[in-house]
Amino acid sequence: MSDEWRRLDARMLAVHPVQEVVRLLPVLIGVLFIGRGGQGQIWSLVGLGLAVAAGLLRWFTTTYQVTADHVRVRRGLVSRRELSVPRDRIRTVDLTSRPLQRVLGLTRVVIGTGRADRAGAEGVTLDALATAEASRLRAELLHRRSGSSEHAAPLVDVLAELRPSWVRYGPFTLSGIAAIGVVVGSLANLLNEVRLDRDDFGAVESFLGRTAAAPVWLLVIGVLVLTLVLVSVLSVVAYVLAFWNFRLARGEGVLRVTRGLLTTRQTTIELRRLRGAEVSEPLLLRAARGARCSAITTGLRGEHSSSVLLPPAPRVEAHRVASDVLRDPAVTAEELVRHGTRAHSRRYTRALSVAAGVTAVLAALAVFAGWPAWMWQVALASFPIGAALAEDRYRNLGHALVNGKLVFRQGSLVRRRQVLATDGVIGWVFHRSFFQRRAGLLSLTATTAAGRQHYTGVDIPAAEAIALADAAEPGLLEPFLVRR
Amino acid sequence: MNPVVDLRPPANLVSRKAILFWTARAAIGWVVVLAAEGVWLGLTGWAPLVVVLIVTAVLTLAHLAVMPQWRFRVHRWETTAQVVYTQSGWINQERRIAPVSRIQTVDTERGPLERLFGLANLTVTTASARGPVQIHGLDHDVAQRLTQELATNTQGTPGDAT
Repeated sequence: MSDEWRRLDARMLAVHPVQEVVRLLPVLIGVLFIGRGGQGQIWSLVGLGLAVAAGLLRWFTTTYQVTADHVRVRRGLVSRRELSVPRDRIRTVDLTSRPLQRVLGLTRVVIGTGRADRAGAEGVTLDALATAEASRLRAELLHRRSGSSEHAAPLVDVLAELRPSWVRYGPFTLSGIAAIGVVVGSLANLLNEVRLDRDDFGAVESFLGRTAAAPVWLLVIGVLVLTLVLVSVLSVVAYVLAFWNFRLARGEGVLRVTRGLLTTRQTTIELRRLRGAEVSEPLLLRAARGARCSAITTGLRGEHSSSVLLPPAPRVEAHRVASDVLRDPAVTAEELVRHGTRAHSRRYTRALSVAAGVTAVLAALAVFAGWPAWMWQVALASFPIGAALAEDRYRNLGHALVNGKLVFRQGSLVRRRQVLATDGVIGWVFHRSFFQRRAGLLSLTATTAAGRQHYTGVDIPAAEAIALADAAEPGLLEPFLVRR
Repeated sequence: MNPVVDLRPPANLVSRKAILFWTARAAIGWVVVLAAEGVWLGLTGWAPLVVVLIVTAVLTLAHLAVMPQWRFRVHRWETTAQVVYTQSGWINQERRIAPVSRIQTVDTERGPLERLFGLANLTVTTASARGPVQIHGLDHDVAQRLTQELATNTQGTPGDAT
């Protein structure tokens, strides 16, 4: 590949103005059609002009270069900035096309370095290249080591594809609540821009007047049902937008995820960076027997959107995908080693002492500071809730070591099963709080360069935890072990 | 082989001077709190503040009497050609172990108070953002010798240690 400096695709010159116009659509409607333009809206139009000009300027001032060792991007008119990413540091190359870009055949390329030790060094974005050019660049950057093929490796093995029935899990993810925020925000913005007065809402006013006469309980139920329906519908919409056409495939040395209805995304995970997988079940999703699955990879920290292996789907499906990706069905086996009676009672002690503390404080405030008595009476409910949570948390506690993979499971509000290959374990932390020492328990943490950077088995009986760490990485602890 | 029952603590204690250092550091914090309360009492003359002041003073004495000794007994370290092994904390305790082959950097760091007592902290980082192994309260020359030793052992391990 030559070292010439290249520009982004010229079709972006058409994309920028349209994007800005769409974003400021409420203002335009207000000015052009309703004709209530004031001083502020004229300034909004000036802002629109400036935004379009800035977008065009960005195209003219951005160039990039791909050499044998580096990817470089130069941008800026007055203060020129050059971002340089060494090619052997490139961990991810993600492709995204927003609707307008898709129509024009354009794709945004995000080159990630995923450095764990430096914040802000997140790689470079090329917004946007022609789609064919983008996939060629990805193939070049990711497959250089495996023989520098000009084309992407064929994806032989489809591991999972979205089934339309999975959309039913949408409402259990609560993504609709975020969507409501966005919708309400833009509606408020629109109303504000077009400057509707209360007088314009005659129909709404009379409707509100009539409902005010209805009994309170009916209103409450009505609002609840309406909210529930709205959240569900929006959650489904959000699910479809994000995950339609979802497909997880395995090719030579890579996993590739393709998804999205309007905006399409393609993410690639190199198998040599894969260290494990995580199956997570937030409480609502768990109640619907659903789960999601993500990859634990070096270079992708925490819960990265690039590490999605399966959207909310039936739990068996999430387990199957985790097993398939790690090529080991044992990692999702139901039977795990339980943590025993002391871990069990510790869950109760913790939950109930929180409940007792809250109730006691509220009761004291009621007696000495004249707070209403119903507050501590309501707080009494935290005892049964705490007990239920404690029992569930204990039942979800478990660990295992199968075929060189460490498995931890815990959590109640979000239950997670984390599978980490032992060759990805960098070190161990044995944490013992005062009460854990008295109970003969410890929390075993495996530190790693992948995913969340640390994975913990909570409240394992001490001797068992030490034996587990020893079995996972034989020899490392040997000089310090005490044997019977 | 017999089943594993326990992990013995690391062999070496940190410097005895660390007891004084921890006492001094905690004392500075408490003095600030006590002074603030004293000033408040002086300005307002609000009687219940006397009780608060006495309680704070008792807590200060208890903390200064117990914490440094306890910490000193817990804080331990050991290195072999293969691993760095530490124990730290007092009420909550932690043992950390990292293979020398996975070490990325070895730093010593000294604040003004540490310099006053001739102490240094040693930090060993690995490719995991959650994996640094720290030894607090080492004698300065011990810390320097250890840094040298670890740096030599780490060299010649290929790969990026992830």
